[in-house]
Amino acid sequence: MGQSHPRQRPWRLSIVLLSLLLAGCARQQQSTLHASGAGAQRIEGLWWLLFWISMAVFAEVMLILGWALWRRRRATARIKGGDAIGAITVLGVAVPLVILVAAYGLGLRDLNALAAPGQKPDVTVEVIGHQWWWEIHYPDSAGAVTANEMHIPVGEPVRVRLRTADVQHSFWVPQLMPKTDLIAGKVNETWLQTDRAGTYRAQCAEYCGKQHAFMALRVVAEPRTAFDAWVASTAQPATGTLTAAQQRGRQVFEQSSCASCHTIRGTSAVGEVGPDLTTIGSRWSIGAGAAPNDAGHLGGWIVNSQTIKPGNAMPPQPVAAQDLQDLLSYLQSLK
Amino acid sequence: MSVETEEQARSISRGEAEAELEKEWGERPSLRSWFSTVDHKRIGRRYMVTAGIFFILAGTDAMILRTQLARPNATVLSPEAYDQLFTMHGTAMIFLFSTPMFFGFGNFLVPLLIGARDMAFPRLNAFGYWVFAFSGIVMFASQMVGRAPDGGWFGYVPLTDTPYSSGINLDVYSLGLLFLGVSTTAGAINFIVTTVKMRAPGMSLNRVPLFVWAIVGTSFMVIFALPALNVANVMLFLDRRFGAHFFDPAHGGSTLLWQHLFWIFGHPDVYIIVMPALGIVSAVLPAFCRRGVVAYPLMVLAIVTISIISFGVWVHHMFATGLPQLSYSFFSAASTLITIPSGIQIFAWLFTMLRGRIVVRTPFLFVVGFIVTFVLGGFTGVMFAITAFDQQVTDSYFVVAHFHYVLFGGAVFPMIAGIYYWLPKFTGRMYAEKLSRWAFWLVFIGFNTTFMPMHVSGLLGMPRRIYTYPGDLGWDLWNFISTVGAYILAVGLLLVLIGVLHAIRRGRPAPDDPWGGDTLEWATTSPPRPYNFVTVPKVHSVHPMWDERTTAALATDPPLPDHQAMTTSELDGREEGAVEMPEESLLPLVTALGILVVVLGVLWGWYWFAGAGALLIFGTVARWMWPPERSPEEAGVAS
Repeated sequence: MGQSHPRQRPWRLSIVLLSLLLAGCARQQQSTLHASGAGAQRIEGLWWLLFWISMAVFAEVMLILGWALWRRRRATARIKGGDAIGAITVLGVAVPLVILVAAYGLGLRDLNALAAPGQKPDVTVEVIGHQWWWEIHYPDSAGAVTANEMHIPVGEPVRVRLRTADVQHSFWVPQLMPKTDLIAGKVNETWLQTDRAGTYRAQCAEYCGKQHAFMALRVVAEPRTAFDAWVASTAQPATGTLTAAQQRGRQVFEQSSCASCHTIRGTSAVGEVGPDLTTIGSRWSIGAGAAPNDAGHLGGWIVNSQTIKPGNAMPPQPVAAQDLQDLLSYLQSLK
Repeated sequence: MSVETEEQARSISRGEAEAELEKEWGERPSLRSWFSTVDHKRIGRRYMVTAGIFFILAGTDAMILRTQLARPNATVLSPEAYDQLFTMHGTAMIFLFSTPMFFGFGNFLVPLLIGARDMAFPRLNAFGYWVFAFSGIVMFASQMVGRAPDGGWFGYVPLTDTPYSSGINLDVYSLGLLFLGVSTTAGAINFIVTTVKMRAPGMSLNRVPLFVWAIVGTSFMVIFALPALNVANVMLFLDRRFGAHFFDPAHGGSTLLWQHLFWIFGHPDVYIIVMPALGIVSAVLPAFCRRGVVAYPLMVLAIVTISIISFGVWVHHMFATGLPQLSYSFFSAASTLITIPSGIQIFAWLFTMLRGRIVVRTPFLFVVGFIVTFVLGGFTGVMFAITAFDQQVTDSYFVVAHFHYVLFGGAVFPMIAGIYYWLPKFTGRMYAEKLSRWAFWLVFIGFNTTFMPMHVSGLLGMPRRIYTYPGDLGWDLWNFISTVGAYILAVGLLLVLIGVLHAIRRGRPAPDDPWGGDTLEWATTSPPRPYNFVTVPKVHSVHPMWDERTTAALATDPPLPDHQAMTTSELDGREEGAVEMPEESLLPLVTALGILVVVLGVLWGWYWFAGAGALLIFGTVARWMWPPERSPEEAGVAS
C-alpha cells in the first residue's frame, strides 16, 4: 500500500489481507482498491474509514438485536412499558449526528482536494466521447491525436478536458481519479496525477448504448521524457518508409471506403467519423477494448467488425484477400 | 325482561342486520361484477396479484441477466437483448411492482385499519387499478415483441432522444409511464382523502396506525413528485415525435434538465417505495413483541420528515455531472441528514423488541431480515451522500449492491412479512409455518449471496449496465457468486409463492384474530365481509383492539345500516355523519379503456384513433359525473 494515506495505518493488516483477497488473479487492474493516483488514493482512504465506521455501527445494531432475541429465552422476560424516547434520541439521533457530521466534514475536505490539483497543470489532454470509443487530443502539440489510449507524465498533474460528440459518457480511471461525466453541450474538467509509472485501465461508466461494455481506455503513465517523446511521435504524420506491400496497402486505404471515415495524417485519408489511425500499429487494442490489436483480429475487424462489436458504426468491408494482406501490413506499420 | 332474553334479542337483531348489510354490500359473483367491482378488498387483492405477476416477469428478466453475467465474455444475450432486459427489469420493479404492490396493501388495509367500510372514492379506486393493469400490459407487451425500452430505467437523454434511439422503444417508456402516472396519482389522492375523512370516530390524528401514516406520507410524496416525471416524459415524447428541442443542446435545450426533472421525482420515489414497507414493519412488530411500537410521536415525526427532506436530495444522483461544488455540498448535507429519521425508526423497532416479549413467527423473521439488510443498505447510502466517495463508485456495481439492499432489503422483506402476516385477512387461510421458514432462510441467504459480492465487483471497478466483461479484471469470481446467489434467491421466492398458493387451496381456515393484533382489521372476519364492520368502531387509543372500550362497543353498538359509511372530522376524528357510498359500476373500466385507446393511438401515430379514445373518455366521465336524479321532495314536486 502507498505511504501517502496515513489514515489507513491502524488497519493496515486487514487492508493488506482484504486487498490480497480482492485482487484475485487479475492480470489487468481497474480497481479502486489499488489506487495509484492522488485522487483515488484519497478516496481509498475514505472508503476504509467509512467501512470501519459502518462495521462499528452495524455491530452495535446487531448487539441490540441479538440481545432482544436472547432475552426472550429467559423466563423472567417481561413486557415493559415506556417509550424509550431518551435512548432512541441518543442512539438514533445524537450519536448518528456526531458520526454523520464528522463523515460529512471529511467528505468535504476530500471533495475540496479533488476539485483542483496541488499545482497548476502543465499538460492538457482533451477527451471526446463517441459511441463507443474515446478520441484523445493533445491541444498543446498540434496534430497529436489518438484513440482509446492516453499518455500522461508521472509526478505532475494533468488537466483533462471532457466533452462528448453524441450521448452522455463518463470518464473513470478507478486507480487514478473518480468519475466526471461527458455531457452534451457542456465541457467538464478533471485532472489526473500519479507518482507511479504504469498502465491503468479505464472504462466508460455511464450507460451509452449497445456497446457501453466495450468503451475502454488505457492510461499510460510514464516519465516526462518518455511522455514528451510519445507526444512528439504521435503528432508526426505517417511518413515512415514503406515496403512495396505496405505501399499497396496505403493505396487500398486511400482509394477504398476506409478514407471516407478515417484519417491517416500525411495521406489523402481525412475522414472524421471513426478514430484517427495515424498510430494504429502501436495501440493496445482495437474497438476500444473489444479485441487485441494483432493481424488476425484487425483483419477480422476490417472484414466484418459487427461480429466482434455488434452495433458499432463501421459496416463490413468487402476487401479482396491480397488487398487485405497489404492493408494489414500497412496499418501495422503505423506506429 | 331478563338479561338473557335481552342478549338473545340483540343477537337476533344483529344477525338480521348482518343479512341486510350483506344484501346491500355483497356483489353477486358474476362476470359483470368481476369488471364492475368497487370493493376495496377485491381491488386491493387484484393490485397485489397483478403486481406479483409483474414481479415474476421482471424477476425472470433479472435471472437471465445474471445468467449472462455468470461468466466473462458470455453470449447468452445479445447486447440489444441485454439492454432491453435490464431496462425492463428496473422500470418494472420500480413502477409496475413496488408501488402498485404497496398500493394493493394500502387498498386492502387502510379502510380496515381506520375502521371504514371502503375507500373514500371506490370508483376512482377501481379506475386506478384498471389503468395500472393496462399500462403494465402495454409495457410488457413491448418486451414480448422485442421493442421494449432500452435506455435504462432513468432514461438519460440524449441516448433516449432522436437520433440515438429511433424505433418505438422509448415511446413505450414515456407514454407507458405517463399512463401509469394517472393511476398512481388517483390512488394517492384516494388514500389521503380516505384517511382524512373516513377514520372511525375517536381516531384523532395521534391515534392513526403507523402503517396508515406511512401510506399517507407516501401519497403526499407521489402527488408532489410525479408531476416532475410527467413533465419530463411529455418533453421527451415531444422531442422524439415532433422534433421539439427541450433536451437538445444544439438548439438551446439542456440534457441536464432531464436529469434534474427525473431525479426530483426519482429520489422521493425511493422513499415512495420504502416508506410503506417501513409502515408494514411498524404494523407487524406489535403482534410479535406483544406491545406497541415505542416512541409513536417520534415515528410519525420521522415519516413526515422523510416525506419533506426527500425532495431536497436529488442532486446526489448527479454528483459526477460537473455541477458547482457549492451545490454539491448542500445536497451532500441534506442526503447525509435524511438517514437520521430512518435511524430513529430502526432504533424504535429495536427498542420495541427489547421492551416486549418476542414471539418468533415467519413475519417476524422477515422483519429481522429487513433490519439487517436495510441497515447495511443505509450505510452505503450515507457513503453515497458523501460527494467525493460517490464520484468514485457511482454507476459501478457498488451502487447496484446499495440500491438492492435498500429496495429489496428495505421493501421486499417487509412486503413478504406483510403477506404472511395479513394472509388470514387477504384469503381467510393460514400459511404453513415450516415451509415459510425455509422460504425465509433461502431468501435471506440468497439475497446476501447475490448482492454482497456486488459491493466488491463495484469497488474492483466494474461499471453497471455492461452486457459482458473481460476475464482478466478479477471480476469473474464475484459475478459467479452473485449468479449462484440469484438462483438461491429465486428458489426462496418460489417457496413464498408456493406457500401462498398452498394456503389458498389447502390452508387451515384462519380465525378472525390469529395473532392477537392491535389494530382494527383484526375486528373483522377472515376474510372480511364486503361491509367490513357491522357497527362503526369507536377508537380510544393507538391500539384499539387491545382496548376493552373499543372491543366491548364493537359487540354491543347498533349496526350502521344501508350502503353507508361514517365520515369524521379531519384532525380529531369527531363523528360527522354517515354518507351513502357509490355502487359498483362499469364506468371506471370504460374510462380506463378510453385512456388505453388514447395511449395506443398516440404510440402508433394513429391520431384519429387517439381522438376516438378521447371522445370515449369524455362521454364516460360525463356519465360518471352526471348528478343522480333527485327525489321528488328535493326537486320540489308538489304532491
